[in-house]
Amino acid sequence: MQITVNAKPYDISAETLGAALAELGFASPAIATALNGRFVPTCARDTILLATGDQLEVLAPMQGG
Amino acid sequence: MRVYDTEITLPLFLGTAQYPSPAILQEAIAVSRCEVVTVSLRRETVDGTGAAFWDMLRATGTRILPNTAGCHSVQEAVTTAQMAREVFATDWIKLEVIGHADNLQPDVFALVEAANILVADGFKVFPYMTDDLVVGEKLLEAGCQVLMPWGAPIGSGQGLRAPDALRAMRAHFPGVPLIVDAGIGRPSDAVQAMELGMDAILLNTAVARAGDPVGMARAMALAVEAGRAGHAADPIERRDIAVPSTPVLGIAELM
Repeated sequence: MQITVNAKPYDISAETLGAALAELGFASPAIATALNGRFVPTCARDTILLATGDQLEVLAPMQGG
Repeated sequence: MRVYDTEITLPLFLGTAQYPSPAILQEAIAVSRCEVVTVSLRRETVDGTGAAFWDMLRATGTRILPNTAGCHSVQEAVTTAQMAREVFATDWIKLEVIGHADNLQPDVFALVEAANILVADGFKVFPYMTDDLVVGEKLLEAGCQVLMPWGAPIGSGQGLRAPDALRAMRAHFPGVPLIVDAGIGRPSDAVQAMELGMDAILLNTAVARAGDPVGMARAMALAVEAGRAGHAADPIERRDIAVPSTPVLGIAELM
C-alpha cells in the first residue's frame, strides 16, 4: 500500500506500523513515531494497522536550541 | 536554582545546535560545567544518525531538556512532546509554539493551551514565552513551575530588549524560577539578566556561533556566576550626581 514516510511516498507490504519500520530499514532504538499527527508509543507499534494514504513521521534526536 | 525538584548549580542551559563539530559541543559543555542541555527531534534517516548524536550527548552526563522547536500549533507541539518523552526518557519539555515567522516569537495563546494539555499528561513544562505578566500567570495556573521569558528574538544576539519587563516579572513572580531563553549575545547580557534576579540563562547561538565556542562557553559560565553573585550582594542604586568615595573630613588645605 502507498503511505507517506517523513514526507516521501513509499509502497510497502507491511500491515502494521512496527512491520513497516522494519521493512523501511529503521533499526535505531532512538526513534519515535507519529501516525497522521498522533504519537504512537513503541509498545503500540505492532498492533497499529496502516491504511493507504497514512502519513508516518519517524523522528530521532537532533541538535537543538 | 531548584526547578521541578531538581537542584541545578550552574544557572546556564546550553542548546546543542550549530556547533562547528560534535567535539566542540562536547568541550563547550565540559568547560562551562553546564548541567542541562536542550535537544530536538527531527526526521530520521535509515542510517540512524540520531542515535549516534544521542549516544554522544548521553556521554556528557548532562540532564536533557527536549524542546518542541519549530512547532507552530498546539497539536504539533503536544505530539512532539510525547515523542520526545519516549525517546529521551524524561518528562521535562521546553515548550515552544512559534507564532510569527519573522521574529519567531511564541504564540502565547497556543502556548497556554498546549501547556494545559501537557501538564495534565504529566509533563514538567518549561514554556518559552514573551515577557508578559498575564501570560506568565496563565502558564502558572496551567501548572508550569518555571517560566522562560525571551530576552530578544531567537538567535538575534540583541541581549535584553526589555529589562524593565524582566524586572517586573521578577517582582511579580518572586518564588518562580525564571530562565531567560533566547536573545543573549554576549557575556554582559548574561550578567545583566542574572543581576536582574533571573534564575538562569538558556542560550545556544551566542556560544555555538562565536569565533571560539569553547572560550565563549567558559565566558558565559563566568558571566552567569558573576551576575548571580552581584544580584545576591544587593547592588547600590544608581545616582545622577557624583558622591565622593574618599571621606571629605580631614582633607588638607594646600592652597
